[in-house]
Amino acid sequence: MASRVFGASIKRKEDPRLITGEAKYLDDLQLPGMAHAAILRSPHAHARIKSIDTSAAAAVPGVLGVFTGKDFMDVNPLPCAWQAGGVENHVNTPRVLEPEKVTFTGAGVAVVVAESRYIAEDALQLIKVNYEVLPAVVDAQKATQSGAPQIHDNAPNNVCMEWSCGDKAGTDKALGEAEVVIKERVVNQRLIPTPMETRGCIAQYLPATDEYTVWMTSQAPHVMRLLMTAFVFGIPETKMRVISPQVGGGFGAKIFLYPEYCLVTALSKKIGRPVKWAETRSENYVATTHGRDHITELEVGAKRDGTITALRVNTYANLGGILSTIAPGIPTTLYGRLLSGAYKIPNIYCHVWGVYTNTGMVDAYRGAGRPEATFVVERAVDMVANQLSMDPAEIRRKNFIPSSAFPYDPKILNGLKYDSGDYDKALGKALEMVGYQDFRKAQADARQQGRYLGIGFSSYIEMCGVAPSAWIGLPGEGWGAGLWESANVRVHLTGKVVVTSGSQSHGQGHETTTAQIVAEELGVPVEDVIVQHSDTLGTPFGYGTYGSRSASVGQVAVFNSLQKIKEKAKKLGAHLLEAAVEDVVFENGKVHVKGSPDKAKTIQELAGAAALGYSLPAGMEPFLDDTAYYDPPNCTFPFGTHICIVEVDAGTGQIDIKRYVAVDDVGKVINPMIVDGQVHGGIAQGVAQALWEGAVYDENGQLLTGSLMDYALPRADLLPSFEVGRTETPSPTNPLGVKGAGETGTIAATPAVVNAVLDALKPLGVLHIDMPMTPARVWQAIQKG
Amino acid sequence: MYPAKFDYYRANSVEEAVKLLAENSDAKLLAGGHSLIPAMKLRLTQPALLIDIGKIDSLKNIKANGSLEIGALATHARVAASADVKKWFPALANAASLIGDQQVRNFGTIGGNIAHADPASDPPTVLIAAGATIHVRGASGTRAIAAEDFFVDLFTTALEPGEVVTKIEIPNLSGRKSAYAKMSHPASRYAIVGVCAVLSMEGDTCKEARLVVGGAVAHATRLSEAEAVLKGKKLDAAALKAAADAAIAQVGDDAMGDITAPADYRRAMVGQYLQRAIQSALG
Repeated sequence: MASRVFGASIKRKEDPRLITGEAKYLDDLQLPGMAHAAILRSPHAHARIKSIDTSAAAAVPGVLGVFTGKDFMDVNPLPCAWQAGGVENHVNTPRVLEPEKVTFTGAGVAVVVAESRYIAEDALQLIKVNYEVLPAVVDAQKATQSGAPQIHDNAPNNVCMEWSCGDKAGTDKALGEAEVVIKERVVNQRLIPTPMETRGCIAQYLPATDEYTVWMTSQAPHVMRLLMTAFVFGIPETKMRVISPQVGGGFGAKIFLYPEYCLVTALSKKIGRPVKWAETRSENYVATTHGRDHITELEVGAKRDGTITALRVNTYANLGGILSTIAPGIPTTLYGRLLSGAYKIPNIYCHVWGVYTNTGMVDAYRGAGRPEATFVVERAVDMVANQLSMDPAEIRRKNFIPSSAFPYDPKILNGLKYDSGDYDKALGKALEMVGYQDFRKAQADARQQGRYLGIGFSSYIEMCGVAPSAWIGLPGEGWGAGLWESANVRVHLTGKVVVTSGSQSHGQGHETTTAQIVAEELGVPVEDVIVQHSDTLGTPFGYGTYGSRSASVGQVAVFNSLQKIKEKAKKLGAHLLEAAVEDVVFENGKVHVKGSPDKAKTIQELAGAAALGYSLPAGMEPFLDDTAYYDPPNCTFPFGTHICIVEVDAGTGQIDIKRYVAVDDVGKVINPMIVDGQVHGGIAQGVAQALWEGAVYDENGQLLTGSLMDYALPRADLLPSFEVGRTETPSPTNPLGVKGAGETGTIAATPAVVNAVLDALKPLGVLHIDMPMTPARVWQAIQKG
Repeated sequence: MYPAKFDYYRANSVEEAVKLLAENSDAKLLAGGHSLIPAMKLRLTQPALLIDIGKIDSLKNIKANGSLEIGALATHARVAASADVKKWFPALANAASLIGDQQVRNFGTIGGNIAHADPASDPPTVLIAAGATIHVRGASGTRAIAAEDFFVDLFTTALEPGEVVTKIEIPNLSGRKSAYAKMSHPASRYAIVGVCAVLSMEGDTCKEARLVVGGAVAHATRLSEAEAVLKGKKLDAAALKAAADAAIAQVGDDAMGDITAPADYRRAMVGQYLQRAIQSALG
């Protein structure tokens, strides 16, 4: 082919409909006869529901029905689909409305269905709930201590599960023998994912066929159907169709099955009309999952020469008042097993307490466990460097897993190995881009003038495309299903290609990158490929889009389907060219006789011939159509080094990010522009955790950061122009060589910024500041310094 | 985000708005709506009637003629961009440019802003520093209120029920140096601390300083102790430090705190931003 499509920065196919406003999001959809639901949410973080009086609300003109939890006792509680592997989990999950007790502010207790959302909201104000308010606890560590309020009967001391990984005895011994040991308590604060589009659901029930159609803002429509039918409603999976229309961002928060989706589905049958619920931003902040929220005691041991010998981690992971769909899996498998980072650390032990508190549900948020692990590791490495007065780049180099050591078994990964890496190369490139030696000179000069410049490093690894099913699933890490993906490719009579896949795109540009893979393999124009997804009708089953898995799992399924298509095309081409199959090749969109490129059939000709079926080889079925199911043999392990330069205003504590250099290695890159976009957005969110974002509950479990007036999202004017570079170490795990790029920025950025701020403040004796590093906290640390 | 039911009336003149306000006790004026409508969407306020004054063109003018007159319905974007404001009182243009974001500035009005009297809002601080006068009209006629007397407490002004802000008048400040220095809240962009300095200088010596703080306290307030410290002084580093200390002492326990900026921090920042405002005014 003249120019490769795979690897080209072509413009996104999905953008015209998005930027012109033609794309329909959930709340844009209107069905004939549609009614509207509004949900009454608990104002208390921990309370028993003694009684609910709905009579005044029911009497409001235009109200079609008012219901409480007692009206849905025939609907099962939602499932917890990922329990911490190998240990007992004391599971408590939400019901569609809580009938007896609420365990966080914002839990749904009643619903009004009305002719309009306005009427429903008016009626909602008239519902009287008699609560017995109970004492609340919001801090995960305090919740485990004696005397703390008990939230669930089956979870003594509010512990949902205790999980550990690594070598306890070896780590204890190594720490005992270490020449240097540093202890620190680090808090990875709670974050609110805040996708541009909030959640929502529309359900329609058709009595004649006893079937539901459910539109919802989901990153995983097939899984939603599975969980709702098989677990919540106990109906055949075939009785429900789930559609995720255009989804306006998710960041993980739209992976999960939520009570509202099941509630609206149940209401559509009760009311006998389609019912819509669209979440407000206020609801989104209390009732959609949050992320992170770890309190961690870490101990790192090293030799005086900077060789890290041991890492011991004790983490209290806040899971909220009740479990979201995969909550226990995040702070265990996706956190503890990543604590070796990019380094040879011979002894690691991690203990995790999964804890209930009277706060909103906590589950996967962009990076999901890996940012928390990276923060621990990258802070620990910097602490050792600081203690030993070593250069932070040098200590990283000293402890890196060398490129010759791959595949590398970090031992805490329960049998999996890092697939490929060249950590030193990425660090070297980042140092070169930033001009490290020049910066250190500038920093010294600035300090003479009383200015505080700092540089921070984060040499991360992460894990994408989590698999294989046999590793992640119930026998291993506790995930209650598989994690393969599927794709169907059809080359229609006209030569146009339709791909259906189980992945779900909500901003990642799958329609473009999948088309690039198809165009590359079949030699058709990108414009001739359409990618259909996000509707359980007409797409093969898939587990959905999260964990940066759509390229390394979903698109490999597309690639494998294409190989089957090409094989069949070759057989057909050989037949039509009256040649032996061994004598033809598929190249540049044509099947031709080896050595005779002119004696060829184009893919379009072959598609037409296959579809018409006038002349097929004996036994060949018509049409070029094939499906592949792909269960990867391993995860993929992207890596890189991010470097941040800041200046701290010692008078006010304000932090100015002067430069941000990111060198990522995500394996082979399908579309560099899309990867750059993912990296940019990820860095913004990672920086925001370091400096601005943080969900805060008061002691009574009231969310103090309940709106965008209080919760500080990253803004373009607060960020520098990112300097993005890449190295390319193909993944040997899959035939595309891809790793995953959706979360690297979020994973890497947070410790890079924190390390930079602490580097700046070193002359002032400041060793630690909790995130977010607000001007007030920085200023207070300087005062104490 | 779904307001309760309300009636809507568009007033075509100030007289009509005043009359409607007098006739409806549970009515609110709608200008830019950027404080009122969010509060209604959260059902924090549920007025029975909105009187939209947004189309009264006579309240939108900005003109400089002896004094600078800014109509109550001038948007923040227009105040920020106005050549007259930039020339007459650049600190106000700067403060207006720092409000919210572009969409807020395109809709929000200076009159609505001061009538709402958010303690962390920027215009009150600079208007007091300028010695501005707020002109209002009610059922019993018009009156003029000194900006310094207009802001009474959190979300509380000297406006009587039924009164409408019509214009803001800023005296001739020629020869004065002025600047506004602000630390923005990272989410809301409201002032954590905002200080405005208006200085009359004779060479290096300060004849008179008007120094006002907002954001850190319940309502924009003159820092009279710091003003006294600077009067007749050369504005060197020592004088600025002394003024900052006086301002911090005056704010004292009145400093407000929240999860982003605790009271001790805000109090200290009053001193920092006082110095920054003066340095910026002196250029």
